[in-house]
Amino acid sequence: MSDLQSQDYIRISASTLTPPSTRRHEDQVAKLIDTSRCIGCKACQSACMEWNNLRQEVGHFEGSYDNPMDLSPSVWTLMRFTEWEDDKGNLEWLIRKDGCMHCEDPGCLKACPAPGAIVQYANGIVDFISENCIGCGYCVKGCPFDIPRVSPVDHKSYKCTLCSDRVSVGLEPACVKACPTGAIMFGAKTDMQEWAGERIADLKSRGFDNAGLYDPPGVNGTHVMYVLHHADKPSIYANLPDQPRISPLVDLWKGVVKPLSLVGIALAAIAGFLHWIVEGPNEVEPQDEADAANILKRGSKSP
Amino acid sequence: MTRPQGTLIRNTMAARINHWITAGCFVLLMLSGLSMFHPMLFFLSELFGGGQWTRAVHPWIGIVLSLSYLGLIVQFWRENQWNRDDIAWMRVIDRVLANEERGVPEVARFNAGQKFVFWSMALLVPALLLTGLTIWEVYFGSYTSIEVQRTAVLIHSLAAIAAILVWITHVYAAIWVRGSVRGMTQGYVTPGWAWRHHRKWLRRLAATGSDGPSPRNER
Repeated sequence: MSDLQSQDYIRISASTLTPPSTRRHEDQVAKLIDTSRCIGCKACQSACMEWNNLRQEVGHFEGSYDNPMDLSPSVWTLMRFTEWEDDKGNLEWLIRKDGCMHCEDPGCLKACPAPGAIVQYANGIVDFISENCIGCGYCVKGCPFDIPRVSPVDHKSYKCTLCSDRVSVGLEPACVKACPTGAIMFGAKTDMQEWAGERIADLKSRGFDNAGLYDPPGVNGTHVMYVLHHADKPSIYANLPDQPRISPLVDLWKGVVKPLSLVGIALAAIAGFLHWIVEGPNEVEPQDEADAANILKRGSKSP
Repeated sequence: MTRPQGTLIRNTMAARINHWITAGCFVLLMLSGLSMFHPMLFFLSELFGGGQWTRAVHPWIGIVLSLSYLGLIVQFWRENQWNRDDIAWMRVIDRVLANEERGVPEVARFNAGQKFVFWSMALLVPALLLTGLTIWEVYFGSYTSIEVQRTAVLIHSLAAIAAILVWITHVYAAIWVRGSVRGMTQGYVTPGWAWRHHRKWLRRLAATGSDGPSPRNER
């Protein structure tokens, strides 16, 4: 998003060097989304559109409260509605605000081949730097939450920035500011965990025995967390992954194949060079030409 | 092309043009592909006008190479068929590598090493094409699940590395065995070269009175 000289990077995509990180002593931030307090008003969606100047093309009614139906290069956050029946047959309307989770261990950043196209700041925010993005879609393959969307118009990948521009000047994200029920909170991650603890205790006292915090350890935690009334089964909330982690295929690709391949290619080239200086070229000798001339002479007689 | 008196045609003009289209595409694909594979090689993307251009142009070059390699398969598959002599040749590969001609079985138009290059590319190119189409974000990004694309990009990387290793072998062998490069640029080799490296091929050409590349009765 920004051209500011942050000097507070934790990670930079496709880089073998330590990024400028001397100004990294700041609090880790988090957004806490309390699904039990959400009324599905979509004020957060509107605020996101407004602050970021995003306008999705108007679509068609698809028989769902979800509107639009999916994330897109210009839809960075989206309310997803699920009608769910518990084992007693009680209907519950589950509403989850979907968007980038800002993983502590971001799969998009791990998969990205373009230096500096994806960065993670010391406060935990994962940001796409569009001028460096090459539009390959590797971030889509790296993400455990199916969040990034590549624009077919400008071939850049887009997702929620956690309003890194607002946060860097001490403001809360636009969705947080707009939420009328306090279902979206923002602050230091430790504060948000503490606040979530109070909310979970309250939910448990009201019969939601499985209420809990969604801060999945498979990606070393996230900087967007959910309070769920049914934290034992996150997937009922519009397919929120139960145990998200970077795919082992992506780990194999970027963790093992990438470094070993260059070693293999270098070794092959070195082997060729060694052969050249040990055995040398295979030259045709005058005797070969003489032998060949004999064969050709005989051949021309025989047919 | 004018061919010196007494030399043999190693590759027809059609085969040479086909080969060099493939070779040019391969080098471009290797440079652009590696730039998107390892951050230390990202600078190679500048050769193609930056990262966005590299990402955009790489698949198109891949299409050209796939079609071009199909042409090579059509032209060369017959003489690359594996036979028992190839196993005998592979058994004494250490002599071959040591430039030691004695005890190495006579070879027809292609030796086992050349056949290995031909068939591994015949396997790797379609694998790269198929996985490459799967991860061609602009046109086919929405046709497969993300899990399929993860598998495809992994196979694409592995197949590409394998192809590069085969390519290094191919290029080095051409430099090592003097006279081979001219066989693919100007298209001809001397009878001595044929005697030394492809004696069975030379015998057949001589027996049928052909200047190459194929014995007359096999045309």
